[in-house]
Amino acid sequence: MQVELNVNGRSIAVDVEPRCTLLDCLREEIGLKGTHAGCEHGVCGACTILLNGEPVRSCLMLAVQGDGHAITTIEGLNPSPGELIVLQDAFCETHGMQCGYCTPGMILAGQALLARTLSPSRAEIVDAISGNICRCTGYGQIVEAIALAAERLRTANQKPGGA
Amino acid sequence: MAGTAEFKYVSHKRRVREDRRFVSGQAIYVSDVAPPGTLHAAVLTSPYACARIVAIDASDAMAMPGVHLVVGGPELAAGSDPLLIGVDAPLVTRYPLAVGRARYAGEWVVAVVADSRALAEDAREKVRVDYEPLPFLLDGEAAYKPDSTPVHPDHGSNVLLDKRFVWGDVDKAFAAAPHKLAYRVKWGRSATVPIETFGVVASWDPWREMLDVWASIQMPKFADQIARALRMPLNSVRVHQDVDVGGSYGVKRGIKHTVLAGYLSRRLSRPVKLIEDRLENMRGGDMHGPERVFDIELAFDGTGLVHAMRMRALDNVGAYAGRSPLQLGKPVGAIVGPYRIGAVAYHAIAVTTNKTPQEAVRGFGQAPTNYAIETGIDRVAETLGLDRLEVRRRNFIRADEFPYLIPSGSTYDSGDYHTVVRKALDHAGWETLVAERDKLRASGLLAGIGVASCLEPSGGNSSFEPLLNAKNTTTTWMESCRIMVDALGTITVTIHTTSSGQGHETLAATVAGEALQIDPDRIRVVRATSLESLPGNSPVGSRMAIMLGGAVHHAANKVRDKLMAIAGHRLEVPARNLRYRNGGVEDSASGRAIEWIDLVTLAHRHFHLLPPGMAPGIAFDHTMQVPTGEKLPTADGRVQMYPCYSFEFHVVLVSIDPEIGKPHIHRYVIGHDCGTVINPDIVRGMTLGGIAHGIGAALLEEFAFDGEGQLVAQSFMDYLLPSAHEVPEVEIVHHVTPSPHTVLGQKGSGESGYLGAPAALSGAINDAVRHLNIRFEALPMRISAIGDAIAEATPPPALKEVIA
Repeated sequence: MQVELNVNGRSIAVDVEPRCTLLDCLREEIGLKGTHAGCEHGVCGACTILLNGEPVRSCLMLAVQGDGHAITTIEGLNPSPGELIVLQDAFCETHGMQCGYCTPGMILAGQALLARTLSPSRAEIVDAISGNICRCTGYGQIVEAIALAAERLRTANQKPGGA
Repeated sequence: MAGTAEFKYVSHKRRVREDRRFVSGQAIYVSDVAPPGTLHAAVLTSPYACARIVAIDASDAMAMPGVHLVVGGPELAAGSDPLLIGVDAPLVTRYPLAVGRARYAGEWVVAVVADSRALAEDAREKVRVDYEPLPFLLDGEAAYKPDSTPVHPDHGSNVLLDKRFVWGDVDKAFAAAPHKLAYRVKWGRSATVPIETFGVVASWDPWREMLDVWASIQMPKFADQIARALRMPLNSVRVHQDVDVGGSYGVKRGIKHTVLAGYLSRRLSRPVKLIEDRLENMRGGDMHGPERVFDIELAFDGTGLVHAMRMRALDNVGAYAGRSPLQLGKPVGAIVGPYRIGAVAYHAIAVTTNKTPQEAVRGFGQAPTNYAIETGIDRVAETLGLDRLEVRRRNFIRADEFPYLIPSGSTYDSGDYHTVVRKALDHAGWETLVAERDKLRASGLLAGIGVASCLEPSGGNSSFEPLLNAKNTTTTWMESCRIMVDALGTITVTIHTTSSGQGHETLAATVAGEALQIDPDRIRVVRATSLESLPGNSPVGSRMAIMLGGAVHHAANKVRDKLMAIAGHRLEVPARNLRYRNGGVEDSASGRAIEWIDLVTLAHRHFHLLPPGMAPGIAFDHTMQVPTGEKLPTADGRVQMYPCYSFEFHVVLVSIDPEIGKPHIHRYVIGHDCGTVINPDIVRGMTLGGIAHGIGAALLEEFAFDGEGQLVAQSFMDYLLPSAHEVPEVEIVHHVTPSPHTVLGQKGSGESGYLGAPAALSGAINDAVRHLNIRFEALPMRISAIGDAIAEATPPPALKEVIA
């Protein structure tokens, strides 16, 4: 089936089997390998993408269902090659990962939260990533990364030391 | 943190260099590797726990367009050798596909190769296998009985390992002790279950006679095992170690996967990719962890001092033996935990059943053993009416007693258990914690505090192999590093292993930078393929800080020594007058110096100015043996297991809603001492992640089988992994007792947290329900089990009245 997908701001025509998941389409047809297969039954969140800004599991969606929606993958966050956004940089600062496999999904889930609020409570951060399983970190440094990014974004245009 | 001041880079907060590629989605995992012409494999698995494979008919599958090959066990067995097993049981043969008989539900029976994975799965459905179901066996104790039906008839029994050790005069200590207690605890079958399943790409090039392998692995002697099984010269197998591994924590061994993919690739002369889906991973990935029953007796006196222990550990390792039975061996190196228990009898039993085989899991058997010991210490305190903390303090080895030889032959390197416990309790505020618990109780909840103190043996050698298998005389367990300084003065460190999130590139750069006094951010770290690699044994047994760190340090010192020699010759100054400073070398008498880039130029371009006989260039290797790993076990089974012993002390406050049985963790404090910390963020992450994993093993995770031998927890809806909701904010209190055996005083921390968390949670939950006269003596303590036990122990009075 011919589908026109809007991925990371680019319109891409792909020819996929109707049964092809959006996850497989992104990885195998479009070549965006940053979206990962974890459980392929919608629990672990490693395949998280943003669909019109909301975190969605790409393993539970067919590629053909993506037609007409704005899809953002981890590759779509970077302003330019080698340049990190604030949240990615915060993950590096707190070392909010180990093996990195769940990390793209975590960052997209965090990014969706930060789009809603720049003053998330710890409980809100935990809630936002509770659909993403990490086996390495125990979540502590991930929660810290999102809180740090929120703080940096919140205070970005304030005078140093100013109220 | 103690000791930070003496280091310039080590122990300081520095970013982990690997992270940039992970946060941007630019890491390269095995499923991202796709050489041109790659074909895809899927496996058909046995629906029966035990069955004779009568016939395989693949004609319909082979007739499908895009299907290239269908292979069953007999063909594979004819073209390959059995996989290595760790114990002395040569007739327990194992191939990647079942040969003649399937021994567990989920075992791979047939492999299908097609143009795409989807097509391979379609074709798999067309393969017809006729089975004759046979009787099966699931229970470990039943399997140990002499009349049980063997899973491997040729082997003659289900016993893979049945070893008795007696270290010290156990019987005398028991006879003399005024108090004794006996108890049984069970460790449930769980595993680390990485979010990335196992995967491999194998590509045979018949023109170059080379099998290239990209695999998601954490496996000592990986290439050796592939070469042996595929009957190839080892230098025809090239493992690409720069593949990012999406988590392992022990289990990513992948030998059967790789031997199968390698065989298929050789048959087709095309690259073959085999990526497990989650179901294949859970049922037939052969990565379940220990399923262990402990029967323990303790002999102790009225002050709570434990004088002797008898431990019987029976492990149900499933249908085949890999390294799994050896997981009963490693705990011998810390069989008394942090305590001065003077005599120990240990009976280690591993049996086969018709369950999924096990693989190495974080700690290699130490976490179950720690849980068993800690349960006993709590029981001693309870029996005597003494404080749990005081009983631990009385039994702890004291700081002035190190190095300390335990009965089973290992010498603990260093530690200060009393101080770590004091610091953790000061931080937690014991009185406050008790008050908080009592407040929770007053509010109608059940509440309890758990404590656990345990060791993390680290440095990973293989002493448990010769200990449990006399035919294995391996004592070598090395790690290596190469450092090169190029003609423009930049440094490249080569490491020779895969990583699965441990930050080895950061570790190597930090240690090299420290030794050479050069900013680690300017040091490149690369990974060699297995053919370019120096000898190594991969990151197992919490060894890389010690072993890779050690190898890097020694190689860097060779670089320094060479620069000093070059400078001494050029300045005509004796070596004793020279000082190495930030990459340059200075004559301390005259102050004359040669800077880094000039020394490099001398080495690379000015042979005529080098000392006579010196080789040009700057490139050094170092291959290092595990410290203290020198001897085979003694005849009575005493051996130095690992060189270094990290210590951890857990304190946890838990409440339970008595209506539903759901535990909630209110507070989690851990005191942690792994010697000198090389990167604080990495060590912290390991510890927090280990605790999360321990929470899973204690409360949620179990590979449960039904009565027919079918795995019922085969998706993440049934096998529950802790989410951010279940893992509390953990407070870590650090202490540093350097190891005398390592270059910077470092010890291992890759298994920290996991080794004590299950014991601490068990202690907390049992503290919460003690007044109901119930005990939880098996892990996991799932909500349903807790809720049912509480309900049984507390008859609902209101309901009774209604009925009356």
